[in-house]
Amino acid sequence: MTLELSLNQQPAHARQGSSIGQPLTRRDGFLKVTGGARYAADNHPPGMLYAVLAVSSIARGRVAALDTEAAKAHKGVVEVMTPKNRPALAIDPDAKDNPFMFRLDLLQNDQVRYPNQSIAVVIAETLEAATEGAALLSPRYEALPARVGLDGAKSFVPRGVGIGGPAVQHKGDVETGLRSAKTRIEATYETPAQYHNAMEPHAIVVAWDGDRLSIDTPSQGLAMAQGRIAGLFGIAPENIHIRSPFLGGGFGSKGMISGPQVLGILAARLVGRPVKLVLRREQMYGPVGHRAPTRQTLRMGMDGEGRLTAIDHHARTASSTFDDFFEPAADASHTLYASPAIATSHDAVRLDTGTPLFMRAPGEATGSIALESAIDEAAHACGMDPLEFRLRNYAEVEPMTGKPFSSKALRECYRQAAETFGWASRPLQPRLMRDADGFLTGWGMGTATFPALMFQAEARAVLRSDGSGLMETGAQDMGQGAWTAFAQIAADGLGLDIDRVEFRAGSSDLPNAGIAGGSGHTATAGMAIHNAGAAVIARLADLATGNEASPLFGAGNEGVLARGGRLYRRDDESRGESYAEILMRAGLTEIEAHGKGAPDPASQETYAKHAHGAVFAEVKVDPDFGQIRVTRLVGAFAAGRVINPRLVRSQYYGGMIWGISFALHEEAITDRRSGRIQNANLAEYHVPVNADVPSVEALLVHEDDPYVNALGIKGVGEIGITGTAGAIANAVWHATGVRPRRFPIRIEDLLG
Amino acid sequence: MRDFSYLRAASVDAARQAAALPGAMLLAGGTTLIDLAKCGVAEPETLVDITHLKGLNGIEVSERSAIIGALAKMGHVADHADIKSRFPAVSEALWQAASAQIRNMATIGGNLMQRTRCPYFRDPANFPACNKREPGSGCSAIGGVTKGHAVLGTSDACIAMYPGDLAVALVAFDAVVHLGQSQVPVDDFFLLPGTTPDREHAIEPGEMITAIEIPGSASARRSTYLKIRDRQSYEFAAASAAVGIEFEADGRTIRDLRVALGGVATKPWRARAVEDALKGKVLEPDAVRAASLLAVEGATDHGANHYKIELAPRVVARAILKMGETA
Amino acid sequence: MTKIPVYLDINGHHHELQLEPRVTLLDALRDRLGLTGTKKGCDHGQCGACTVHVDGERVLACLTLAAQAQGRTVTTIEGLAREGEMHPVQAAFLEQDAFQCGYCTPGQIMSAVACIREGHAGSDEEIREYMAGNLCRCGAYPHIVAAVRQAAQEVAS
Repeated sequence: MTLELSLNQQPAHARQGSSIGQPLTRRDGFLKVTGGARYAADNHPPGMLYAVLAVSSIARGRVAALDTEAAKAHKGVVEVMTPKNRPALAIDPDAKDNPFMFRLDLLQNDQVRYPNQSIAVVIAETLEAATEGAALLSPRYEALPARVGLDGAKSFVPRGVGIGGPAVQHKGDVETGLRSAKTRIEATYETPAQYHNAMEPHAIVVAWDGDRLSIDTPSQGLAMAQGRIAGLFGIAPENIHIRSPFLGGGFGSKGMISGPQVLGILAARLVGRPVKLVLRREQMYGPVGHRAPTRQTLRMGMDGEGRLTAIDHHARTASSTFDDFFEPAADASHTLYASPAIATSHDAVRLDTGTPLFMRAPGEATGSIALESAIDEAAHACGMDPLEFRLRNYAEVEPMTGKPFSSKALRECYRQAAETFGWASRPLQPRLMRDADGFLTGWGMGTATFPALMFQAEARAVLRSDGSGLMETGAQDMGQGAWTAFAQIAADGLGLDIDRVEFRAGSSDLPNAGIAGGSGHTATAGMAIHNAGAAVIARLADLATGNEASPLFGAGNEGVLARGGRLYRRDDESRGESYAEILMRAGLTEIEAHGKGAPDPASQETYAKHAHGAVFAEVKVDPDFGQIRVTRLVGAFAAGRVINPRLVRSQYYGGMIWGISFALHEEAITDRRSGRIQNANLAEYHVPVNADVPSVEALLVHEDDPYVNALGIKGVGEIGITGTAGAIANAVWHATGVRPRRFPIRIEDLLG
Repeated sequence: MRDFSYLRAASVDAARQAAALPGAMLLAGGTTLIDLAKCGVAEPETLVDITHLKGLNGIEVSERSAIIGALAKMGHVADHADIKSRFPAVSEALWQAASAQIRNMATIGGNLMQRTRCPYFRDPANFPACNKREPGSGCSAIGGVTKGHAVLGTSDACIAMYPGDLAVALVAFDAVVHLGQSQVPVDDFFLLPGTTPDREHAIEPGEMITAIEIPGSASARRSTYLKIRDRQSYEFAAASAAVGIEFEADGRTIRDLRVALGGVATKPWRARAVEDALKGKVLEPDAVRAASLLAVEGATDHGANHYKIELAPRVVARAILKMGETA
Repeated sequence: MTKIPVYLDINGHHHELQLEPRVTLLDALRDRLGLTGTKKGCDHGQCGACTVHVDGERVLACLTLAAQAQGRTVTTIEGLAREGEMHPVQAAFLEQDAFQCGYCTPGQIMSAVACIREGHAGSDEEIREYMAGNLCRCGAYPHIVAAVRQAAQEVAS
């Protein structure tokens, strides 16, 4: 019999082993350091052809002509797919029935709505021929003027921002709060369009077999991808097998299946052979999402003690002309600082760009750099130390909702990070510190936060009569360490040593693990694994405790512990037997059970759930050149239970380095005449190089959270970028006395 | 990339002959040429691979000069002990260029043939107008994104910046390019765009760089290359300066001064006005800063690159003062 | 264009290919020889993911024509381990968690092996500068430096 455990019913580790919390090295590590890890584009089914996109030069208009004959005449070119011969789809790619269903450009017509939109696909025997064939199409266009920039079109208030939250929210009356304030600040900050730029370009290798599809493609959400493809092609989801064992980075851009990936499937259908389609780096600046630019204005009022009387946070952002994703930047002001009055609002313009998308901490990252800068300005206006100011305005309950926090160890984060950093000796005024080489030195800080989200996931657990276990869930590892962390949770859930657990993931024929996004994958799929493990152990316990031949007979299901492949009596641990013995006696080769992970609606209603952190930054600025170096970063983060500190530290480092990137490096620069991004490459679209990151430290602050989920897991993937970017901006101010209001901060901003 | 035929030259003479044929180009490290072929900028019909030629990768350093074979790799020259000691600016310009991998591929001769990073030049599919690619077609950069464009040596036809580092040091120290028997001063090897931005180098089809020669001097020995950029590494210069200095016996009066700029001009930019203003003078910070402003005399910006006019003199001044300190 | 015979010596094995001259070493490795450990990140020499060794020196396979590599010895990530034993740099990357998604990792490791061999791993600062040609979007840099430092010490001892 199978015991259906309700969610979160089992206290964590009721029957645990000891894998959780261990700093195991990555189980996929050997494959990754030897070149054996197989990413999508590494696949090469027999008879495979190469497909290469041709993309639009213009931002807006229509394709008037394509020289398909020239392309076809190139040796090795097999076919050119254009709107004229593109195989039919079951639904219109522009149809949309939910916010996660993004409109795709699948050669449905000759219209161009952003630069680098796909306008044709060339399919050839070799990559070289397909690439040159695409160049030979020499498109002619009828172009219309491009709409660019945050003032490039008429603004409007979107119906929803982010995943559909209200664009305008408030509590209390900010105008009253501002009027009553002793000190006020107002400042406007601009953040640029940023592109995910995962090192692995989007790729797909696809083979049709009748109406069945075999696909290798990086996906942060296998079941969603499967469902989207099924809908587009009018086939059953179970006829589509997607493998995504490794993603070469995702950061949100591989959350939904993108247009170019679907074009690969269409190309394979057109030619009746397997096809590989890989985006060129420059083609990633358009059809696979980006972080939209923002212009944010913050107004704050403070009383005589430096307490906030009002926060007003307005964000202008942009979406594409044909679809909706609105960066929820102002919402960053909902959760961090106590204030009797808070108002957040968004408006937007529609531009001739690809549709923006989730990008690592969407809304939180953009909002955080503006909010943390403004808080720094407010502290300075009050003559207060920025840490003291933040503590003065520490939110004991979630400011916007009044809900208690499920847990919040932010004070401890501030304390540990400040102490490690040496914050106490910081002079209040800017431009007072110089190092021995004459560099202006500045210290700044920022608060980090990210919601503890959970989605839906399932897992299947199996115990075998040889004493081993199997855990299956279609989880996605994009570098966060799913292969390892989930195996650890599985081992504990199954009461087995990790080496006795086979863990399967990364494939759509496994139970739906939900999405690797929103920093919620470990909590969600982890809970599914935990519950599946608990369920299969409960079945095993039933077999043992109900059988007179077992030393566990009569202990009752709850009276049994599982550890190291054996069940023990809770009241007498000298009495127990192995899983294998129990199964063999029952004449079973294996037993299985399923588990689910999902947010608990009751605690959702009651508690505000967030991870928190504090980041302190030191920068050095050359007084003559304005050249900025982040010489030291110290972050302390509290995010519930840590499954694997080695991997979690890596996630924090990664997030913090994204913070450096946000503050100092990343920016897509648009030619305003053509609407084209002029640095659509990795030489001129800057991300930090190794030499930009001299010293990063991440402290893992202990935090027990009994409410987020039974395992106590929040999320660690995105929080690091928040707080950090603002801390760097504030450190630049402290070094130079120049307040950065436009990001990234460049040499030319500090030349003076 | 268009297809081409590939042949390996068996000798320098064979290479020259092959390269003289229409559509033929010499291929060395390939870090510029293969890149530009992928961009559709370079469309060779034949590539003549010279990387396997023997005897062209030597590095000979004496009191009088350094003679560096055209096929010597940037990375090897940067790490060469005698280059480091006698021509520190050359070594520093090299190791701060590109990445270690690219420096292991790129040759000294090929580096002199490096082309601009102007995004409009590099993107013929989307920006057909480029006087450097297609004489008379216009300049897409003017009025566009100009953050990385030149402020010195520009013309109405072209504002593309010369992006290299090594040649900045070479032009400061009067290096000479060997084209087999003939020799051209580096300063003359690089051409101003004027009305013919398509002609970047004083080299004809059938000619081949065989070596560069840098005269040894006290100022070369006491030299530095200072490169300023947003990213700490693996980035082209926002502004850079190669500076060398020689003092009189008093240790204070400047006998010889060499100054050249990178990252700001259409070619490696020798700043003789700065040199002349300070030669014979005592090295003194205010005088150095004032004279350094002469480095950007006549500069014109296109908006986003204005900061280079502010930045370049400061880089020059810092480099000169740094060389003075080490007296 | 007609294909030409190209003889390549890769990881100690000889391969004879018929290739168009325009085929890069990177695409020859990945598409013709099944050596997919070497990754393509930008195809323009801007990211370092395709770093391999040619005659023992680290170079970018995306800007090297396959034909140019004839007569030279090529080593890729697949050729680094000896008889199943990880190279010290590979072991250090694993131990230090010097990667996340793993896509840039083969290039990082090939670069690191050369960096140590060149004598450019003398200090953390030097490692950072001489590993700057390998982008890592996940931000594993601090751990990459730790791994290179550890491996450099092991190789030296």
